[in-house]
Amino acid sequence: MKTWDVIVIGGGHNGLVNACYLQRAGLDVLVVEKNDWVGGAASSRELTPGFLYSNCSYVCSLFRPEIMRDLELPRFGLQVIAYEGGAVLTQDGDYLGNYRDHDAHRREFARFSKRDAEAYDRYARDVTRQCRFIQPLLMRTAPDPTSLKPRDLGELLYLGKKFAGLTAEEMALTLRFWTISISDFLDEYFETDVIKANFSISGIIGTALGPMSPGTAYVLLHHYMGEVDGSVGAWGYARGGMGAVTRALAASFQASGGTIRTGAEVEKVCVKSGKAKGVVFAGGEEIYGKLIVSNADVKRTFLKLVEEKELPDIFLRRVKNFKIRGSSGKVNIALDSMPEFPALPKDSPCLRGDLHFTDTVERMERAYDDWKAGRWSVDPFLDMMIPTTIDPTMAAPGKHFMSCFVQYAPPKVEGRDWTDADRDAFAETVISQIADYSPGFRDRIVHMEVRTPRELEAEVGLTEGNIFQGELTFDQLLFNRPVPGFAQYRSPVNGLYICGSSTHPGGGVMGAPGRNAAKEILRDLARSDHHMSPAHDVI
Amino acid sequence: MNISTLKPSPTQVWQIAQSHFRTLRADTPFQPRIDAAAKTNEWYNWSGYRAPHSLWDEELEYFAIRSQAALFDISPMTKYRIEGPEAEAFCNRLTLRDVTRLKPGRVHYTAWCDDQGFVLDDGTLFRLSPDRFRLCCQGRHLPWLLDSAIGFTVRIGEETEQVAGLALQGPTSFAVLRDAGFAGIERLKPFDLADFAHESGAVTISRTGFTGDLGYELFVERELALPLWDRLMVAGQLHGIRPIGYAALDRARIEAGLIVANADFTAAQQAVRADRQRLPYEIGLGFMVDADKGHFNGRRAILDARAGKKLRYVLVGLEIEGNIPAEHAIVYHKKNREVGLVSAAIWAPTAKKSVAIASLRRPFGDLILDDLWVEIYAMRELRYERVMKRARIVPRPFIRLERRSATPPADF
Repeated sequence: MKTWDVIVIGGGHNGLVNACYLQRAGLDVLVVEKNDWVGGAASSRELTPGFLYSNCSYVCSLFRPEIMRDLELPRFGLQVIAYEGGAVLTQDGDYLGNYRDHDAHRREFARFSKRDAEAYDRYARDVTRQCRFIQPLLMRTAPDPTSLKPRDLGELLYLGKKFAGLTAEEMALTLRFWTISISDFLDEYFETDVIKANFSISGIIGTALGPMSPGTAYVLLHHYMGEVDGSVGAWGYARGGMGAVTRALAASFQASGGTIRTGAEVEKVCVKSGKAKGVVFAGGEEIYGKLIVSNADVKRTFLKLVEEKELPDIFLRRVKNFKIRGSSGKVNIALDSMPEFPALPKDSPCLRGDLHFTDTVERMERAYDDWKAGRWSVDPFLDMMIPTTIDPTMAAPGKHFMSCFVQYAPPKVEGRDWTDADRDAFAETVISQIADYSPGFRDRIVHMEVRTPRELEAEVGLTEGNIFQGELTFDQLLFNRPVPGFAQYRSPVNGLYICGSSTHPGGGVMGAPGRNAAKEILRDLARSDHHMSPAHDVI
Repeated sequence: MNISTLKPSPTQVWQIAQSHFRTLRADTPFQPRIDAAAKTNEWYNWSGYRAPHSLWDEELEYFAIRSQAALFDISPMTKYRIEGPEAEAFCNRLTLRDVTRLKPGRVHYTAWCDDQGFVLDDGTLFRLSPDRFRLCCQGRHLPWLLDSAIGFTVRIGEETEQVAGLALQGPTSFAVLRDAGFAGIERLKPFDLADFAHESGAVTISRTGFTGDLGYELFVERELALPLWDRLMVAGQLHGIRPIGYAALDRARIEAGLIVANADFTAAQQAVRADRQRLPYEIGLGFMVDADKGHFNGRRAILDARAGKKLRYVLVGLEIEGNIPAEHAIVYHKKNREVGLVSAAIWAPTAKKSVAIASLRRPFGDLILDDLWVEIYAMRELRYERVMKRARIVPRPFIRLERRSATPPADF
């Protein structure tokens, strides 16, 4: 029977990025995917005729341009369309808009506070400074601080030098930034509730923490490092939904000779004498590979696919304690007409961007309080957008697809599993919030896909429905992601690698974990990685 | 009808205020007149305003500054009102110079720094009365001003949109104002200011400017802006008054050796790269630092750097052989060691010299002054003509015009 050079478990974007790079290095790579389609959390599916959804992730910015170039994704159909900005609709019927134009942005903020309007430059400067420190690390394997290998020492030295290159003042600010809450951080710049709420959004998305929890400022940074075709900080819609990202990756992979097998759920990774040999499918079929790469999250990989007895105790305990808490849900809605938002002018560019209704940090924190009590938020935070305002490929003219990211939603409801009734009540909470700001909204709904953490775990395979395959708090980053000593995409099992967002540098549809893992695998195989562009310079 | 019933509803107020997404570049109060004068339609973005790069002829507009009277709209300049019994003490704490020596009716050029001593901006401080000041600058600093004001009995407001501003510069500018009926204008010495009646209100005229020439700046409530423009244009008809755009003014300011924030130095608030921040002594503003006046923002850091010889850069004026502008040229010592960068350069029509403003890394420009060169890459019909020219450090301004300071000014 055939032995593949590499079997990649999971056809998410990182699995596919990894597979692409390995195939292009001349290896014979098979991607196995449990669903009948590839994409993982970057997928677009037509669940009701005439409407294409971005079922999970819904916007694109962080995907590394170096990877797009190496894997020729534009040639394989990937096009990301930047949108301008969004708005927070306030309870008194007004809104705060975000504009790309610096001065329009300032004038908008000045409607609420002249002081805050003029505080933005310093805020942007400080966040950009932190980004510039972190960004070069995204496409580098984190060093192992416990290792004495020359390469780890070299990488540690690189980190150390970067850090030592900071002034004492900057060093203090950087350490503070990595640990502070987004709310405290914003308090240093802004005084107006709605403006702080506007910026705190990026600090909590996908994270089971509230805006007042320490560590959330870093999460903001994670969302600040993106670009759309060189437009730094911009966010965009992948034309055709986020599935376009993985469709392009799959096409690139297949064009270079790679094989994809869908509808093939892996039940076990076969390990013999501490070495991974192959995988067993749910039906019992077994296939063999010299190397196995798992795109599944670290818990799924090591607690479900690998026998516990194959793993060292401490490793196992740390994997069990890795924070991968479910905190969000997703409601995808097909609309037979464009919803109205009376607060926004009809020609507002904000309608094409991300809309929110949480107008104070405190409301956001209250929403988190519900999560802590094991309930979904009564007054949830929504990150809502209508990509069909820009992208004509997802619905017929005049019809629209609305994507609602919903936070907070606990992995279990008051300690028990989600039921269908819970799911429907959860959806009702979301719809009723939207309807408060958009009269007649309910009547426009044609179809809905409601995904609580239960569905995200069952259908996409994300443990607890955590969108980042593990929270992006500083204790789980760099050489601590996912587990100290195993941050270099390898595992205690020889020949078994991990390449999903559980690994450095984390989630957000970056593709960097998949790419970095490929680099490590090629290193182990002593194969050339000349087809992998180094990270773009930050000068 | 009751007045209150005419008041727009909150929604209407929002809708009016929200329209900036439709017009990204706002109009200044003088826009109808500027638009009428704009033959070239060359605009640039000045702090969110649609400002003319040129109006009719960039080069001839320069000559309006030096031989006639040039009218330039400075309304987009950021303006702050600082008032209250402790306004003087606050300004003294905020800025580098000794504000107790700035008498009412006087203006001085000053700068302010963050706590690390890095320059946030430079600008002009107008003392309108004993307890009323106006600060004019390029950047936006309201949070810094408000934070610095903690503990002072002072009110600070941003009034950029309310107050319209005009610069009237050039040898005949005095005659224009005199003939416009501003009685007593001849008494203004350089950096004096006074209020003059205008329509139903007043215009504040100062003998200040950004050209190194005889000239004035006029500030007025936005409602009275257009009549002021018209008044000057009518009075100036026989004195050759011409509206101008920024390109001409920029030539004049380089000739006058004046620096511009975020062109000749990076303002600390914008510096994404921390090593681009500059202390006052590193950008030629050391003369402002008053070590004896008591505490001011950044004082300790600035004085420590000076005492510890930790100043890294120096900003100098260069005179360059030949007539090729050395814009953004690299400065070399002995033709091979890179020691600095030119931030602004022109062939100066009045000085008849090629001049430049450059930042050099000390000790060059500070202790080592000779054997400096600039490497000019002059793009000529799709080829870089590369020339190495000798540069000599000279004092700024590059031109000194007697008419700038003569009081009363001569009637040209």
